[in-house]
Amino acid sequence: MEEAPPIIEMRNIKKSFGAVQALRGVDLALRHNEVLGLVGDNAAGKSTLMKVLSGAYIPDEGDILLEGDAVYISKPEDSRRLGIEMVYQDFALTNNLDVAANVFLGREAVRWRLGPVRVMDRRLMEVEARKVIDNLGIDIDSVQLKVQNLSGGQRQAVAIGRATAFNAKVIIMDEPTAALSVAAIQEVLDLVNELKAQGCSIIMISHRLEDIYQVGDRVIVLRHGRKVADCPIAGDIHEFREQIVAYMIGARDDFAEPVVG
Amino acid sequence: MTDQIAKPAASTKGPSIPRKGLTWRFIFGRQEIGLLAIFLLWCAFLSLATDTFLTSTNIFNMLRAFSWIAIAAFGECLVILTAGIDLSVGSNMALSGLAAALLLTAGMPVWVALVGGLLTGSIVGAVNGALATRFRLPPFIATLGTLSIARGITFGATQGWPVRKLPKAFNFIGQHDVPVGSWGVPFPVIVVLILAVLVSLFLSRTVRGRHIYAVGGDEEASRLSGINPNWIKMLVYTSCGLMAAIGGILMTARLGVAAPTAATGYELDIIAACVIGGVSLFGGEGTILGVLIGAAFMQTIRTGLNLLGIQAYWQPAAIGAVIILAVMFDQWRKGGGWRDLKIFSR
Repeated sequence: MEEAPPIIEMRNIKKSFGAVQALRGVDLALRHNEVLGLVGDNAAGKSTLMKVLSGAYIPDEGDILLEGDAVYISKPEDSRRLGIEMVYQDFALTNNLDVAANVFLGREAVRWRLGPVRVMDRRLMEVEARKVIDNLGIDIDSVQLKVQNLSGGQRQAVAIGRATAFNAKVIIMDEPTAALSVAAIQEVLDLVNELKAQGCSIIMISHRLEDIYQVGDRVIVLRHGRKVADCPIAGDIHEFREQIVAYMIGARDDFAEPVVG
Repeated sequence: MTDQIAKPAASTKGPSIPRKGLTWRFIFGRQEIGLLAIFLLWCAFLSLATDTFLTSTNIFNMLRAFSWIAIAAFGECLVILTAGIDLSVGSNMALSGLAAALLLTAGMPVWVALVGGLLTGSIVGAVNGALATRFRLPPFIATLGTLSIARGITFGATQGWPVRKLPKAFNFIGQHDVPVGSWGVPFPVIVVLILAVLVSLFLSRTVRGRHIYAVGGDEEASRLSGINPNWIKMLVYTSCGLMAAIGGILMTARLGVAAPTAATGYELDIIAACVIGGVSLFGGEGTILGVLIGAAFMQTIRTGLNLLGIQAYWQPAAIGAVIILAVMFDQWRKGGGWRDLKIFSR
């Protein structure tokens, strides 16, 4: 059976910061409508890899393919235009602006333009932001609230809302549950399932293996800037956890890259 | 780009967004109101304490002098909103005014002189922007340098002598009063009002305006949202230079002479006008309305101290105290109490 090309394929990605080799040639494939867990110990290169995909970092080497076609992502705008959205761990919201402004930041609705001057349609943005917030079932009184007045969970929700507001094909979430209460974590996981049901493909970085186990289809483990495991999520959660942790800490290193043929 | 919006299906409960408008909350929830109240109290005090404050001559003299500072402060406000600073505005006012004056004395028509002056100011601004972005200098250092360079050029180009005998047609723009009813409103004041409206609308209604606030609020988050912070910075520093040039040309036309020492130390008044007006030096917060009130406040303090018979030598001390008090007031308003000032806490 001929398989469709993965929606995202990253090949041999390398990235160094000074003398530190953060990524030493990582391959990653994300299939259509898949939830891929990306795990690894601190400084394994998870966030760096995802920032390469979102255009926040430019890789030293390597290729990125979107549905089989090579794409060049040199800035966050590029990835967004391709339908790749990233929810950053620190949310990447501007606290001095309100919720609606943050949802539309960098993609403001324009009412009319006169040469380089683009006048925003503020009301449309507020109405649409309200819809996004309501659709995700997020409890925020007003989209005119400044982000600095929101709780951590609400900020996370705004960040996810922003990523989902523009027909994203691929959503990357960097530790979406790290800063949240137990109830809020379940809401985020439900949200991931909902996004998958809507047809999105999702990459989720998390320290919480039970979250990956609950919503993920497959998991990739990074260690010291290298991929050390890539396997479907199956079986019992305890076995799963044991196996993944073994790869994360380097107790087990028997992963052979399958030959792509 | 707008057609990408609205993937979410219509929600069941209709979104209710209160329209922003002239509601009581809109009026009193704003920082400008407290400032305006204090400003009006100060004006009321001056008009009771002196016979001369509330005369039309005095008011229009104040408005003329205030207009240069206000215009330059609008530009400065844009820069400070991105968490930057431009110390070169005073020198730039002098240099731009001088450039216009030199073109006039070289026999150029007035419009060429105006364009030349505005271009000079914009170039100084663009240099500031380039130093702060491409060359990654802290704006404080970059503009401290250009402050000195621009001032040095004014001295060098004139050998220290003021440029006089400017044509009447040029001085007209600084000295002409536009009849409005039975009043003659100075032309520079009209320029201030027009610019205040334009810059205010630009900041609140346009995409670029919002991006200025975003860059000031969180530069990295803005970058990740697809905004180019360096582009925005180039825009604000260049605009600041242009505004300084407008102020400098109006000043030169009003005085009828371009002195190499003109506008010395104005950068402090201009930054003070912004800060008193509620523009946060940390970036991302402030409005043109606030700056307008702040600039008016600065001017009435200067004039008021004169009218009250306080020696000019003592005035800088008084103005310094007012700046400190204004910022303390702003902190108190934001923090919701004096305790947050941490004066009395351990």
